[in-house]
Amino acid sequence: MFEPVSDTPLLTAEDLRVHFPVRTGLFMKQTGAVKAVDGVSLRLGVGETLGIVGESGCGKSTLGKALVRLLTPTSGKILFEGRDITHLGQGALRPLRRDFQMIFQDPAESLDARMSVRSLIEEPYRIHGMGNRAERKKWVDDLLETVGLSASSVEKYPFEFSGGQRQRIGIARALALKPKWLVCDEPVSALDVSVQSQILNLLVDLQKNFGLSYLFIAHDLSVVKHVSDRVAVMYLGKIVELADSETIYRSPKHAYTKALLSAVPIADPKVKRKKILLEGDVPSPIDPPAGSAFGHRMNHPRYEETIGMDLSLREIQPGHWVAADPTCLSPEDWEQISHRAADTDHIRLS
Amino acid sequence: MSEVKLLEVDKLITSFDTERGMLRAVDQVSFSIPQGKTVGIVGESGCGKSVTAMSIVHLLPQPSGKILGGEIRFKGEDLIHASDKRMRQVRGGEIGVIFQEPMSALNPVHRIGRQVAEVFRIHKDMSKKDAWDAATEMLALLRIPAPEKRMMDYPHHLSGGMRQRVVIAIALACHPSLLIADEPTTALDVTVQAQILGLLESLQNDIGMSVMLITHDLGVIAESCDEVVVMYAGRVVESAPVDELFGNPLHAYTQALLRSIPTLETPPKSVLPTIPGLVAGLGEHTHGCRFCQRMDRKSSMTRERPKFKEVQPGHWLEICKECSNL
Repeated sequence: MFEPVSDTPLLTAEDLRVHFPVRTGLFMKQTGAVKAVDGVSLRLGVGETLGIVGESGCGKSTLGKALVRLLTPTSGKILFEGRDITHLGQGALRPLRRDFQMIFQDPAESLDARMSVRSLIEEPYRIHGMGNRAERKKWVDDLLETVGLSASSVEKYPFEFSGGQRQRIGIARALALKPKWLVCDEPVSALDVSVQSQILNLLVDLQKNFGLSYLFIAHDLSVVKHVSDRVAVMYLGKIVELADSETIYRSPKHAYTKALLSAVPIADPKVKRKKILLEGDVPSPIDPPAGSAFGHRMNHPRYEETIGMDLSLREIQPGHWVAADPTCLSPEDWEQISHRAADTDHIRLS
Repeated sequence: MSEVKLLEVDKLITSFDTERGMLRAVDQVSFSIPQGKTVGIVGESGCGKSVTAMSIVHLLPQPSGKILGGEIRFKGEDLIHASDKRMRQVRGGEIGVIFQEPMSALNPVHRIGRQVAEVFRIHKDMSKKDAWDAATEMLALLRIPAPEKRMMDYPHHLSGGMRQRVVIAIALACHPSLLIADEPTTALDVTVQAQILGLLESLQNDIGMSVMLITHDLGVIAESCDEVVVMYAGRVVESAPVDELFGNPLHAYTQALLRSIPTLETPPKSVLPTIPGLVAGLGEHTHGCRFCQRMDRKSSMTRERPKFKEVQPGHWLEICKECSNL
C-alpha cells in the first residue's frame, strides 16, 4: 500500500518547455532547437514521490534540472508553494534553494575529491551562513547518523568509501538544509543490487520521517515502481502517461508504456513473456516528427492523422491520464477519450 | 557429465602485483561452458567476474595481472600457456569479446567500416573489397539500418545501442564458437537491452555458439541464461542450471541477492531486505567462508577453505556450516 498523500501541491509545472538552441555555421546562427522538454505539466504533492521514467534522451534529467532551476525554462511556469520561480535570478533563488535539493547519479563525480566528509556536508551550512562552528559540527554528526554512516567517517575523503557509502554522503549533503523536496536523478543506477536496496530503504525512511517529496528519475522501472506513488512516462520531451504506480504497471494504456514494461527483464526464469520489441532508438529531439512521435517510430498507419492533432493528456480513468493519440491506444481506449477536450487538471488532481 | 564442454576453467587463480603485495582477485574459480549454451556469471562489483573473463583471453592489465594457477581449456587446448601469436588468432577468431562500454571499445578516429572490415582482413586474410562487403553484410545481420551509410560513419555519429551493435558485429565477424560478453547491455536502456539480447539469442541459434554472459542484473540472467555461476569475493559460491538456481538457491549469498531486488510485484515503499556489511577489499580476504566474513561470523576465521561440491546433479555449492542451506 502506498502512503496517503496530501493533496496540497508543493510544486506545479505548467506547460514547461526547455529548448536548447542549435547553432551552426561561421556566425553561429541559430538553426534549430533541441526540444528536451516540450510541454510538460505536472504537480508534486507534499510527501509524495513522483517517478519519471523513459529512455535516455527523453528529457527526464533536463526536466529535473529545470524544476530545481539549475536551468532556466524556455517557457511555461514553475510554482513552488504557490510562488512563481520560473524566472527568478540566482540571488533571489538562493534562499529558496534550501527547500529543494538534488541527488545525483554518480556520487564519485558529484563529490569534490579534495574535501573531507565533514567539509562536504558542512558546505551547505557555510554557504547559507548557518550556525557557528560547534552547532555545525553537531548537525554534521546528526546527519551522518541519519544516513547511516559511522561518526568516524567525518575526517575521511570520498575515495575511501564504496559507491553506496558515497551516495549516502551525497544524500546527507542534500538533506543538510532540511529541504522540502528532492530531485533524485538515477540515485541507485550506479550501485550494486545489494547496495541499491539499502539506499532505496534509506530514501523511503527519510521520506516518512521528514515528510519529503521526491521527483524520482530512473530508467529501472521496478525501482521506480517501488518508491513512487505516481509515475509519469516521458517520451521525447512529453509526458505520455501518468497514473498511480500500481495502475500504470497493472493496466498501462499507452503503447510506449506497454513496450517499456515488457522490456524489463524479470528475475524469474519460469516467467515466459512475449516481448514487444521496439525498432530503432528514440528519435532526435532536434527535429521531432510533426505528429505522434511514438506513432512515427512504430510506423503506425494512422500516423498521418496525428499531424496537427492535440495529443495532450486526457483522463481515461480517475487519476489515470494518457496522451490522446490514436496511434498509441487500443481502439476502445481511443473511442473512450477521443471526444474529450484537453485540460490540464492532472496538475491539480492526483 | 555427458555434455560437450567448450570451455573448462579449473581452479583458476589470478593475482595482481601491487604495492601492497600480490592480491588475489580470482581465487580458484572453476566452471565450464557447454557447447551452444549461455552461462551467466553474476556477482557484485569487485567479485572477480571481469578478471576471470580477461584471464581467459589474456587481456589482463599488464604487467601487474598474472595467472598463478589452475587450468583453462578451450576445445581441449590449454589457453594459459598459449603463445601471444596463438592468442591473437583465438581472440576475435574463435572467441569473440564484447565489453561494457561501447564508446571506448571503438576507435573514435576510424570509420565504422574500417573497424569491422579489419577483423576480416586479419583473421580471414580477405582483400580490402571483400572485407568491406563482408563487414557491410555483418552490420545488416545485426539489423543496423542503412548499413552502407553506417560503414562511412564515425563512432560518435551513432547512438549507444547502435555502437553496441557494431561492437557485437566485430565480435561475431568470424563466427566464434564462444562469445564473452562483459555487461553488454548495462549502459543501455531497457528497450535497447531487449533488442540486443534478442539479437544475441537469435544469432546464437544461427551459428551455434556458446556465450559467457557477465552481468549483475539477475533479470537478464533469468531471461537469457541456461546456467548460472554466482561469484563472491573472488570465489564461486554456487553454480546451477538457471531454473534450479532461482527455484532452489542454496547459498545464503545467492538467496540474499535474489531477495534484495525490487520486482514489479514488491509492495511499494516496503522495506527491501538488504545484505549487511561490505565486501572485504582485496588483501583482506579470509581463508574461510567470505560471506561469513561479511556477516562478521567467527567461522570465517578458520584456516580452512570451504569445499566446493556438487550437491545435486549440476548444482555446485561452497559448503559452509552457516551459509549453505542443505
